[in-house]
Amino acid sequence: MSDSASRLMVEARSLRKDYGATRAVDNISFKVSRGEIVGFLGPNGAGKTTTMKMITGFLKPTDGNTFVGDINVQLDPLAAQRRLGYLPESAPLYNDMMVADFVRFIAELRGVTDSKRLATICDRCGLGGVLGKDIGHLSKGFRQRVGLAQAMVHDPDLLILDEPTSGLDPNQIVEIRELIKELGREKTVILSTHILPEVQATCDRIIIVNDGRIVADDTTQHLTAAREGAVVRVVVKPKNGTDSARVRGIFSDLPGVRGVDPADGEGAGTFGFTLRAEGNRDPREAVFASAVTHDLIILDMHRESVSLEDTFRRLTRKEGPNA
Amino acid sequence: MHNTLTIAKRELQSYFNSPIAYIVIVAFLGVAGWMYFSSLFLIGRADMRTFFQPSPFSPSMLLVIIAPALTMRLIAEERKSGTIELLTTLPIRDTDVIVGKFLAALGLIGLALGLTLFYPISVSSIGSLDWGPVLSGYLGMFLFSAALLGVGILCSTFTDNQIVAFIVGFLICAALYFVFWLPVFMPDLIKDFVHFMSVSFHLDNMARGVVDSRDIFYYLTLTGGTLYLAVFSLGRQHA
Repeated sequence: MSDSASRLMVEARSLRKDYGATRAVDNISFKVSRGEIVGFLGPNGAGKTTTMKMITGFLKPTDGNTFVGDINVQLDPLAAQRRLGYLPESAPLYNDMMVADFVRFIAELRGVTDSKRLATICDRCGLGGVLGKDIGHLSKGFRQRVGLAQAMVHDPDLLILDEPTSGLDPNQIVEIRELIKELGREKTVILSTHILPEVQATCDRIIIVNDGRIVADDTTQHLTAAREGAVVRVVVKPKNGTDSARVRGIFSDLPGVRGVDPADGEGAGTFGFTLRAEGNRDPREAVFASAVTHDLIILDMHRESVSLEDTFRRLTRKEGPNA
Repeated sequence: MHNTLTIAKRELQSYFNSPIAYIVIVAFLGVAGWMYFSSLFLIGRADMRTFFQPSPFSPSMLLVIIAPALTMRLIAEERKSGTIELLTTLPIRDTDVIVGKFLAALGLIGLALGLTLFYPISVSSIGSLDWGPVLSGYLGMFLFSAALLGVGILCSTFTDNQIVAFIVGFLICAALYFVFWLPVFMPDLIKDFVHFMSVSFHLDNMARGVVDSRDIFYYLTLTGGTLYLAVFSLGRQHA
């Protein structure tokens, strides 16, 4: 399948990295095709950054190999580095340089001589107004933009962004995300984060890493879809003084309901419940009908699919009695 | 080569963006000028022997302090701030990084040295100056500086703490400098060996106007060797 081979942008083959006695990355393998936006998700210290550093050639794996296109990064790091742009964690930059000088410096080392290209990149990253400023005087949001500009200055096929939105305020986060999404239309992007909505908002595919291993690798849609059936949240206000336990009993007996957990109400005299549905059944009609029969006023009722957060917690929980 | 020069240019600009470059130049010109003219008027000799000759109070001793001060931040600061990751994931070799930074520091010292040419030029305009030993002395000072900078940059790759890089660099440079006066009472064989290892010994030769290939070989080997080790040490950090 030469077609699928040429579409392959990044590959990690049984990657392992030891720092002394600590195994930071333990046998990680994955493939990323051209044009994908892949999010590396995991708790702090899960091995996301280490994996990315091995793709960029900054770190050498203890075992295994990384590939960019068909280039073995460990054998020919310079060739691989020509094809990728990298934004390291917390955007380390030369604080004593002016933005314009810095971008030009990186461009020169990347062999980019077209000054129009520089102007386009700075424009695209929204750096027009700060070109003459010292990098040390920039806000975090602008630093991140400078970091993105230096990663993209040579128009690489592959962008590797380590926590591109960490430390930004909500507006800046939205802006950077938009930028990444826009970039993702033409480029392959691998980004890491421990912020869940981030991957949901930007990525086509999510690789969840925990303790140096991949615990899930699927499309965002699949991972956020209901795995164990949907959940219905209900808040009711009994008219006739029915107590919480009895309401719970009423809901438990409904067809299609697997279990009922008490949840927060909305003030005195109201009770909240979380109903776990059986399979793909939707118990909302039954809930409504029984509420009418038992004189319960429904204040709120909605169905939720299992959130990425739940999936993430389930997959990355430390082994324990409840695991 | 292009990449090396790009790195060197940025590093040199960085020296001049901060007070470092100016302090180095002024300090060197001041101390060197004072040394030179005091000997000129006291001894009344129109040569630069005392200017080049190693001694505990000499321009070359000042370089033993200046060289590690200039090189201490070159790699250590990049390690501390994380920019080393940016630099080493660019499609350039570690050699480009080390040699580029080395050339920047050498350029700055070269400039400071070059500015002291004002002294012999002013003297030769009023009296007769033998330019032979002056030029060989300058060549010696330049090679001497290169070797010290090599030691300094190697020390800068060891740590992310600039102060540590400076102290270790200074101690090694000072040891190589002062070991020259140590072997007074030693047997000739050991004495020759210790002399040969010292950076001062070769400068002393060249200050006398003797350009011996062994002296040049010594400096080039020390410079090349330390730079090679620095490249190796930098490479190990992202291994």
